[in-house]
Amino acid sequence: MNERNDIEALRARLEGTRGREYWRSLEALSETTEFKDFLHREFPQNASEWLDPVGRRGFLKLMGASLALAGVSACTRQPIEELVPYVRQPEELVLGKPQFYATAMPMNGSGMGLLVESHEGRPTKIEGNPDHPSSRGSADLFAQAAILGLYDPDRSQTLTNLGEIRPFSAFVAAMKQVMTAQQAKQGAGFRLLTETVASPTLAAQIQELIALYPQMKWAQWEPYGRHGAREGSRIAFGEYVEPQYAIEKADVILALDADFLCTGASGLRNARGFASRRRFEGDRAQVNRLYAVESNPSNTGSRADHRLPVRAAEVESLARAVAAQLGVSGVTAGSLPDAAARWIGPLVKDLQANRGKSLVIAGDGQSAAVHALAHAINEALGNVGATVSYTQTPEAQPSNQLADLRQLATDMNAGTVECLLIIGANPVYSAPADLKFSEAMDKVGVRVHVGLYEDETAARSHWHIPETHFLEAWSDVRTDDGTVSIIQPLIAPLYSGKSAHEVIAAIGPNGERSGYDVVRAYWAGQRLPGAEPAEETAPAPAPARSTAIPAPAPAAAAPVAAGVAAAGASAGTTTGAPAENTTPATFNPTPEKSAFDRAWRKWLHDGLIQNTAFATRPVSLSGAIPAASTVAATASGTVEVIFRPDPSVWDGRFANNAWLQELPKALTKMTWDNPALISPATAAKFDLKDGDIVELKQGERTLKVPVWIAPGHGPDSVTLSAGYGRTRAGRAANGIGFDVNVLRTSSAPLFSGGVQISKTGDTYELACTQDHWSLEGRNLVRVGTTTQFQADPDFFKKMEVEAPPTLTMYTDYKYDGYAWGMAIDQNVCTGCNACIVACQAENNIPVVGKTQVLNGREMHWLRIDRYYSGDIENPDTYHQPMPCQQCETAPCEVVCPVAATTHSDEGLNDMVYNRCVGTRYCSNNCPYKVRRFNFLLYQDWDTPSLKLQRNPDVTVRSRGVMEKCTYCVQRINQARVTAKLEDREIRDGEVLTACQATCPTDAIVFGNINDPNSQVAKLKKSERNYALLAELNTRPRTTYLALVRNPNTELEPAAPARTEGEG
Amino acid sequence: MADPMQHSHHAAPAGDGALAALRARTPEVIAPGHTFESVTDSISHIVLTKRTPIGWFIGFAFAFLLLMLLNVTVAKLLMEGIGIWGNNVPVGWAFDIINFVWWIGIGHAGTLISAILLLFRQQWRTSINRFAEAMTLFAVACAAMFPLLHTGRPWLAVYWLFPYPNSMGLWPQFRSPLIWDVFAVSTYGTVSALFWFTGLVPDMATLRDRAESKVAKKIFGAAALGWRGSARHWHRYEMAYLLLAGISTPLVLSVHSVVSFDFAVSVLPGWHATIFPPYFVAGAIYSGFAMVMTLAIPLRSVYGLDGFITMRHIHNMTKVMLVTGMIVAYGYFNEAFFSWYAGNEYEGYMMLNRMEGPYAVFYWSLIAINAVMIQLFWFRSVRDNIALLFVLSLLVNVGMWLERFVIIVTSLHRDFLPSSWDIYMPTRWDFAMFAGTMGLFLSLFFLFIRFLPAIAIFEMRTITPEAKLKHHG
Repeated sequence: MNERNDIEALRARLEGTRGREYWRSLEALSETTEFKDFLHREFPQNASEWLDPVGRRGFLKLMGASLALAGVSACTRQPIEELVPYVRQPEELVLGKPQFYATAMPMNGSGMGLLVESHEGRPTKIEGNPDHPSSRGSADLFAQAAILGLYDPDRSQTLTNLGEIRPFSAFVAAMKQVMTAQQAKQGAGFRLLTETVASPTLAAQIQELIALYPQMKWAQWEPYGRHGAREGSRIAFGEYVEPQYAIEKADVILALDADFLCTGASGLRNARGFASRRRFEGDRAQVNRLYAVESNPSNTGSRADHRLPVRAAEVESLARAVAAQLGVSGVTAGSLPDAAARWIGPLVKDLQANRGKSLVIAGDGQSAAVHALAHAINEALGNVGATVSYTQTPEAQPSNQLADLRQLATDMNAGTVECLLIIGANPVYSAPADLKFSEAMDKVGVRVHVGLYEDETAARSHWHIPETHFLEAWSDVRTDDGTVSIIQPLIAPLYSGKSAHEVIAAIGPNGERSGYDVVRAYWAGQRLPGAEPAEETAPAPAPARSTAIPAPAPAAAAPVAAGVAAAGASAGTTTGAPAENTTPATFNPTPEKSAFDRAWRKWLHDGLIQNTAFATRPVSLSGAIPAASTVAATASGTVEVIFRPDPSVWDGRFANNAWLQELPKALTKMTWDNPALISPATAAKFDLKDGDIVELKQGERTLKVPVWIAPGHGPDSVTLSAGYGRTRAGRAANGIGFDVNVLRTSSAPLFSGGVQISKTGDTYELACTQDHWSLEGRNLVRVGTTTQFQADPDFFKKMEVEAPPTLTMYTDYKYDGYAWGMAIDQNVCTGCNACIVACQAENNIPVVGKTQVLNGREMHWLRIDRYYSGDIENPDTYHQPMPCQQCETAPCEVVCPVAATTHSDEGLNDMVYNRCVGTRYCSNNCPYKVRRFNFLLYQDWDTPSLKLQRNPDVTVRSRGVMEKCTYCVQRINQARVTAKLEDREIRDGEVLTACQATCPTDAIVFGNINDPNSQVAKLKKSERNYALLAELNTRPRTTYLALVRNPNTELEPAAPARTEGEG
Repeated sequence: MADPMQHSHHAAPAGDGALAALRARTPEVIAPGHTFESVTDSISHIVLTKRTPIGWFIGFAFAFLLLMLLNVTVAKLLMEGIGIWGNNVPVGWAFDIINFVWWIGIGHAGTLISAILLLFRQQWRTSINRFAEAMTLFAVACAAMFPLLHTGRPWLAVYWLFPYPNSMGLWPQFRSPLIWDVFAVSTYGTVSALFWFTGLVPDMATLRDRAESKVAKKIFGAAALGWRGSARHWHRYEMAYLLLAGISTPLVLSVHSVVSFDFAVSVLPGWHATIFPPYFVAGAIYSGFAMVMTLAIPLRSVYGLDGFITMRHIHNMTKVMLVTGMIVAYGYFNEAFFSWYAGNEYEGYMMLNRMEGPYAVFYWSLIAINAVMIQLFWFRSVRDNIALLFVLSLLVNVGMWLERFVIIVTSLHRDFLPSSWDIYMPTRWDFAMFAGTMGLFLSLFFLFIRFLPAIAIFEMRTITPEAKLKHHG
C-alpha cells in the first residue's frame, strides 16, 4: 500500500476532481499513508485531550485545527472561517429548514427504514420512512433513541493499540502482517466475530474474505438473537426460513411467549396489522382475538383478550397440548396444570373454528421446539399461505450462533486462534458465562475490536477501532421482508470511525476502500433491473420525499451533500478522506447520468430498493418435532430464571443511551435498573418485597439482584433482563443495574430451572415512575367487551360522570381558525414507548438521572400510565398515554401569577418559558399532573456533541422553569408557514406530532377539530370517545377512545355491563 | 416627660354579686403597686441598662447561628435551584409554602391584639401589644421570604409579581391567588410596620429623655420624630393610631383569607373547600396567640415582667386560643364530613388518605393537638399552670405546622390520577431553611427586646391606679 508520488497518478487525481481543490504538497495531494500519519501525529496532545470531558477551549482548539486543515482533504469551497455563512448557499438548503434523508437502522439481523431530519448538516431527529413497507413512517424506541447514540460523548473516539493512539494506517499495516502470515495456512488461525449480519454488502465482503482464506471461520453472535426461531425453522422445514405474518388477516392469534407487537424488526408491521383489526370507526372490520401464553408480562400480553401466565418451560408443554388437540401428527400432550388445561380447551375450539384465519406465533425467548410446534400448528390449521408465509431470512447467513460461539471459544482455548477480529459484538460482556470468553480471548495472539464504545471487549483487545454509527457511514441492510435499504450517512464520522465495510476491506486483498465505494460497487455489481452499472459519479445523499413530515424538503433534484458537507466543518476532515469528501458534488457540469446512477439516486431517495422483498418460499414440514423435554416441577426453594433482553437497553448495546435508561419500561415503569421480576405469589412465597435483594444460585454461579413484583408474571420464575451491570459502557451505564449474564450458560441461554433463591436481607432502591398499580375504582380507563359495545353503542357514554353545570362569567371563546385537538385510541395502543422517546428527541427533553427519578422529578412530557385491574396474578393491563390534555378551561392558566401559561387562539395551552418564574402552582392545579419542572439545571449545557442533537426549533429550558407538552407547536408553526406560502389551509395530517408520527398503530391522532372532515374530529365523534376527568369541567382537547376487549365467552362469561372502571 | 392624656371610661357600674365575685377572682391587668414611675423605670431599664444579661447573649448567639444557617441555605438555593429541597411532581409545594402559611398565621395575633382589641377597648391588650406587633413584623418577614425563594427564578419573581408599567405591556395575571397574596401580604406588612412604629413614637421620646449615652439619645431622638408630648401631639397620635387600627382590622380577616385562596381556588381535592377562609383565619389567630404565649412566658419570667404580663393576660390568651382552636377543630370536622357527604370519590379518597395514608401519623397528631389537647384549656388549673401552658403553646405551634403539612402535602401527593401519585420526603435543606427562618425571627426578637421597649410604657401607665385616680380626681 505504499503509494509513490506518481506524477501521472496525481495528475489523474486532479483531473478527477471538480471545483477548487486545496492541496499543500504532493504528499498531501496523493494522500499517502505517510502523510495521513503525519496529520494524525501532528496533534497528539490535543487528540488525547479530546478524551477528557473537554472544556470549551479544548474543543475550540480542535475545531480550529480541523478548519485549518480543511483544505487538505476537503473538496468543496468550504468557508474557512467559523463565522462566515455560506458564501454560496448549497442548493435546496434553506437555513432553518430541515432536510430529510432516508436511511435505515440495522439491528439484530434486520433493519428498520428511517427518515432522518437534518438541520444544516446535523441529524436531529429520526422518523420512520413512510415509504418503507415495514416502518410506514413509524419507528420503534431504539430507532428513536439512536440519534442520541450518535452524539454520545462517551463513544470511543480514537483508534488505539494497547492504549496508545494510533492511525488507521498502522492498524492496516499490522493486519497486513497478520493476514500475510495467515495466507500460508489459508486463514486457519483467523477468526471473525460479528453481530448478525443483515447487510448484503458486508456479507459479500466476508464471503470474499472467506474465499481467500478458506480455513478462517466466521461466527455471528447476537446475545438475544432469534436463535430459537432459526433452529425451530430448521427442525420444522429442514432449512432456515423467516415466517412472515399477516397479522391483519388473522381472526384468532395465539402468542406463545411472543411479544410480536413490540419487539423485533417486524414489530411495527405486526402492531399495525393488529391495530387494523381493533378499530371501531369507519368500516368496522371483524375484531380479532388474541390469546397470549406468557412467562413474563409483555406488551403483547397486555393487549391480549386472554392471557395465561406460566413458567417459560411450560410454554412448550402447552404448545404440545394445543398441537395434540389440533391433531398435529407425532405430538403427544403431556400433563398440564388444571388451569392451563381448562384454558386451552376453548382456545383450541376457537382456533379450529378459524382454520386458515388463525395464527400461532412463537417468541424469540422460546426454544426451537416451540417454534417448530408453532409451524406445525399453523400448517395443521391451514394458515400457511393465508396468515403466514415463509421467505428466506433477512440475515445474510443464518447459522447456529450459539454453536459457532462455543466453537470459537473452544478454538481459542485450544490456542488455534491467532487473530480474532470482532466487529460490533461485545462477547466479553454478553457471551454465556460458561464459555469464559474473556479468558479464552486472552489466549489469542492478535485481538482486534471494532465497536462504538471502548467496552469490555475492547479492554481485552490489542487493537480497538472506533466504529462508525449507522448515521455516519455507508452501508445497506435487509429489513424483515427482505427489502433492501441503502444506509446513507447523515454526517461525516464524528470521531474518525471506520465502518465494518472499511475494516473488512482494509484487511482484504484490495486494501482500504471507502464504505461508499464498497457499497456502491456491490450494488452496481448486482445488475438489478433498471440499474445497469456505470462509472462512479457524484455521490450525494438524496433528500427523501417526505410526505408525512411538516415542511417537507423540496423534491430531490441535485442537492449538495448537505450532511456530509456541514459535518466536514465539525469533525470529519482532519482524519483523512472519506471518499464522499474527495469528489465535489457541485459547481461542475453534471455529467450524463447512467441508469445505475439514476437508480442509485432513487434508492437513496426512497430509502429502499424497490422489489427486493423476498419471494415466498414454499416449505414443507419435514422434520419430526423433538420429543418433549421433561419439565421438572420446581423443587422447593428454587425457581426458574428467564433471560430476556431489557425492554429499554436491549442486550446492553444501548446501555449508555440516557434516554433509554430513563425511559420507564412499559410494564414495570422502572428506570435506570434491571431488577429481577417475580410474580406476587412468588414474592409472597419467599417473603420478598420490592427492592429486596435475593441471591440466585446455580452450581457455582451466583447473582445478587433486587426483585420487583410484576403482576401477571409466571409462577415460580424470575425474569432477568440483560444489558445492565456494564463496567465499560460509558458514564450513563457504568455500574448501574446487575449483570445477569453471569448466570446464563450456553446450554440454557433462554431459561433455566432449578435455580436456588434466597433472600439476603439487603435492599436496593429502585427508581420507578409509577408506584401505584390500581385505578382505585376511578373512572379513568373505560373498558368494555365487544358484546357489550355491540349490544349498546352508548355503553361507554353511559359511564360518563355528569359534569356540573358551567357557571362562568366569561363567554366561550370562539375558535374561528384552527382548533387543535388529539384523540388517543387506547384500544390500539400497545404501550411500546416509542412515542415517549420520540417526544424526548423532538422537544429537547433532558434526562435527570436515577436520584432525581427517585425523587419524582422525571421530565417526560408524555408518559404512558399503566394500570392493572382484576386478579393480581393475571391482571388486565391498560396503557394510557398521557400528554398535556390542553384543557379548554385549563386550571393551570388561571393560577399562574405572571401569565406564563396562556391559551392561544387555536386552543393550545401555551407555555411561555421566558415569562415563567417557577411557582409550580400550575403543576399543583393540574389534575393530570403532566407538567414538569426544572428543579435543577437538568439540561447539559456544556457537552459539545449533545448540542448538535438539539432541535433548533424548540427552546432548551433552563432551571426554575415549568415545561410540558406543547402538541409539538413548532411543527404546527412550520406547517403554518408552508401553508401560508402556498396560500391554503393546513391540511389534515400535515402536522404530525412527534408521538403521533412514530406510533406504529396510529393510536395518537392529532388535527384540527374545527374541520369536521379531519380524522381527529371523526374520532372525537366516536361512541368510544371520552374526556378524562370531564367532571372537573376542564374540557380537555385530548380525549381517549375506550378499550373494547374481545373475550371468548367460554373463558369469560359475558360480564354484566360495567359502569365504572375496575379497581 | 409627657403625661399621657387620660380619657379612660372606667365607669363600670357595680354589678351584682356574682359579677363582683368574678371580678374578685379575675387577676388585674397590672400588678398592684405599680406607679407611673415604676412602670417607666422597669420597662425602660431593660433597654437602657449597660449590663446585658448573659442569658441574652446565649440566646442571641443561638438565634444568630440559625440565621447564618439561613444565609448558607439561601445561597445554595440561589446557586443550585430549589431542587435542593424535596419538592417534586406532584408535590410542587411543600415546606416552602407550609412555612409561609405558618409564619403568616403566627403574625396574625399581633394585628388582632393591636387593632381589634384596641377598638373593642380591651385594656389587657396593653401589656402585650408591643411585642405581639413586633412578633407580627418578624413573622411576616420570615413568611415573605418563602413565596419569593420558593420560585424557580426568584431574581425575576421579585419584580414580575408586581404590577409595574413595562415596555412589553405585561401585567401580572390578576386571576391568580398568588397575585392576591402579593398584595395581601405586602399590605399587611406595610400596615403592621406603620402601626408598630406609630405606637413606638411616645416611648422613643421617653427613651430619648432617659438615655445616658449620646449615641442612644441621637438614635432614639431621631426615632421619636420630635415628640414632645404636647396635647396636639397626643391628639394627632390618638387619631393616627385609631385610623391605623381601623385599617388593620379588616386585614386580620383578609390576609389569611387570601392565603387560604391559594388553596381554595384550585381544583385539588383537599384544597378546593369553601370553609377555608374562616377556618384559616381562626387557625392563624390560634397559632398567633400560641406564639405570643410562647414568647411572653419566658419574657415575663426572665425580665421580671410578671407585674405587667399578669395571669389575667395568660388566662385571656388561653381563652382566645380555646375559642379559635375550637373553630379550627370544627373546620377539621367539617372537612371530614363534607368529603363523605359530598359523595365525590376524589374528596372521599383524599380524606381516607389523610386518615390512613402514608402521612396518617401527621393527621392524627394534628387532631390530637388541635382538637383534643386544647380541651385542657377549659380547666382553670391548666390556665394557672405557667410551665404547662408554655409546653402546650409550643405544641399548638407544632400542631398548626402539621395542619399546613397535612393540607398541602397529603392533598398533593395523591390527587386524581393514581399514576402520578408519589411520596414527598423533605431534605436536610428543607429543615435548614425552616430552622434558618426561626433564626431570623429569634435574632430580630432578641434585638428588639434589648433595644426597644418590649411593652408600651406610656400605655401601661394609663392602666396604673395612678392614672385612674387622676381621671377620677
